[in-house]
Amino acid sequence: MQNHPVYTDNDPQSELSTLNLGPTHPATHGVFQNVLQLDGERIVSGVSTIGYIHRAFEKIAEHRPFYQITPLTDRLNYCSSPINNMGWHMTVEKLLNIQTPKRVDYLRVIVMELARIADHIICNGVLGVDTGAFTGFLYMMEHREAIYEIYEEVCGSRLTTNIGRIGGFERNFNSRAFDKLRAFLKNFPKTLKEFESLFNRNRIFVDRTRDVAAVSAETALSYSWTGPLLRAAGVDYDVRAMNPYSSYEDFEFEVPVGDNGDVYSRFLVRNEEMWQSLRIIEQALAKLDKEPSDIFHADVPEFYLPPKEEVYNNMEALIYHFKIVMGEIPTPTTEVYHSVEGANGELGFYLVNDGGRSPYRLHFRRPSFINYQMYAPMSRGMLLSDAIINMSSLNVIAGELDA
Amino acid sequence: MAKIPNEQLIKAIADKFDTSVTVIGEPYELLTVETGRETIIDLLSFLKTDPELKFTFLTDITGIHYPEQEKPIGIIYHLHSLTTNTRIRIKVFLEDTDVHIPTATVLWDGANWMERETYDFFGVIFDGHPDLRRILNVDDMTAFPMRKEFPLEDPNRVDKKDFYFGR
Repeated sequence: MQNHPVYTDNDPQSELSTLNLGPTHPATHGVFQNVLQLDGERIVSGVSTIGYIHRAFEKIAEHRPFYQITPLTDRLNYCSSPINNMGWHMTVEKLLNIQTPKRVDYLRVIVMELARIADHIICNGVLGVDTGAFTGFLYMMEHREAIYEIYEEVCGSRLTTNIGRIGGFERNFNSRAFDKLRAFLKNFPKTLKEFESLFNRNRIFVDRTRDVAAVSAETALSYSWTGPLLRAAGVDYDVRAMNPYSSYEDFEFEVPVGDNGDVYSRFLVRNEEMWQSLRIIEQALAKLDKEPSDIFHADVPEFYLPPKEEVYNNMEALIYHFKIVMGEIPTPTTEVYHSVEGANGELGFYLVNDGGRSPYRLHFRRPSFINYQMYAPMSRGMLLSDAIINMSSLNVIAGELDA
Repeated sequence: MAKIPNEQLIKAIADKFDTSVTVIGEPYELLTVETGRETIIDLLSFLKTDPELKFTFLTDITGIHYPEQEKPIGIIYHLHSLTTNTRIRIKVFLEDTDVHIPTATVLWDGANWMERETYDFFGVIFDGHPDLRRILNVDDMTAFPMRKEFPLEDPNRVDKKDFYFGR
């Protein structure tokens, strides 16, 4: 995998030092511990430990009704929580055979692509910071803020959005949300272009990232990598293109593929994905105009919680509210696997249902968990400073790693 | 390439494995087969290397617990063929007195942590695994917490007892 010579720790002449990289090292972007054996600055071997914030989401999910699992999924990849959120609701909708209206699909696509951009802003911005360039990060952060303000208009919260419901959204997008979205679409491309010109041919940045942590397509596939990491290694696999969900088949976009699998390729792939996301959002906005503006959820009163004021004033709404909360409505006894393209890769939900109100078993296929597995093996023979950059390019989110 | 129809997939597996692999359903068009631990590695490696099927991508390994069944511990594999865009789900069920199953790390490096997670949660022992340790929970934990006999709340907790609230 690496061109560097790999030292062994059996050599009695060697004097290896042990470095605890993490759990709360400033360069690790979260609570990761890697115990590294160093020969000078070169990593001889490493052991990754995870499990610092394990919150037992799968166990909790077994004890909660479907609609109450939404906040759990938000806290997986908290940099792009709407994607997890929507993915979960699409899984439930697949289980219950609910067809969502087109407008809901388009709104979901907009929210998910915004989330992808927000996630990539963080990842690429921080990658710049790790190579010593703070400016790009600062410029891009402003636009992540703009995205959070759009979320805020849609659902009232910013980070863990709790934005979806079974069948659609909790409330409709207001006009301010669309105004802010249009402003974002107008302002962001300029910054993204600046960001690219700041880094793409920057001598220091390219020297620090080119050929660092290069992974071949075979290795990436063997480690079940997905998302920008796999695509940077040259494999054209994107869930949105291969198994379209939420009307992604209606949009034209390209799947950027890298050539080298190194940190630089990952950076370029993520940048290009932001352009493609912008393209998708523009198309979705255009399509939205042709849909009736008052539809924001499917007509499934058995599963969609009615608004509170209707519960107080409308008999049917009260009955359905009671039936949903008490779990009176039967669900099919079956199992379903659904996956969406998260910002880090294929985010899968494997749901086994026994007909009850909560899942019998729910497993999250978390891309960060699977991508991070290779970190210690691939660090062998690498310089410590390269290992730091490698970690930021993997974009491992601790919440998703531990679940 | 087009998706492989489930009938063709069933036939290819039946030709090779006869009755040791049984089809147990096609929920939402995802073919689900069950096999024993004697055949699992042969089946996985057949699915991975067969030039027509090419299930080269290991999507997921996880477990499930059905306490009332004769073989309560299940291990579930999801494979994906990236060339034909076909998925398949494979299940193996084990008795809870004998939870050994051969490791899939001989076929995919990525199976390593997935199996560690399954061990951590369900206590399944993957024979031949290079590093079978707990991964999300603490090392000295004795329980396998995703099994159904372990309640969500810690039974030793006293701060939620009714008498502290005058009930």
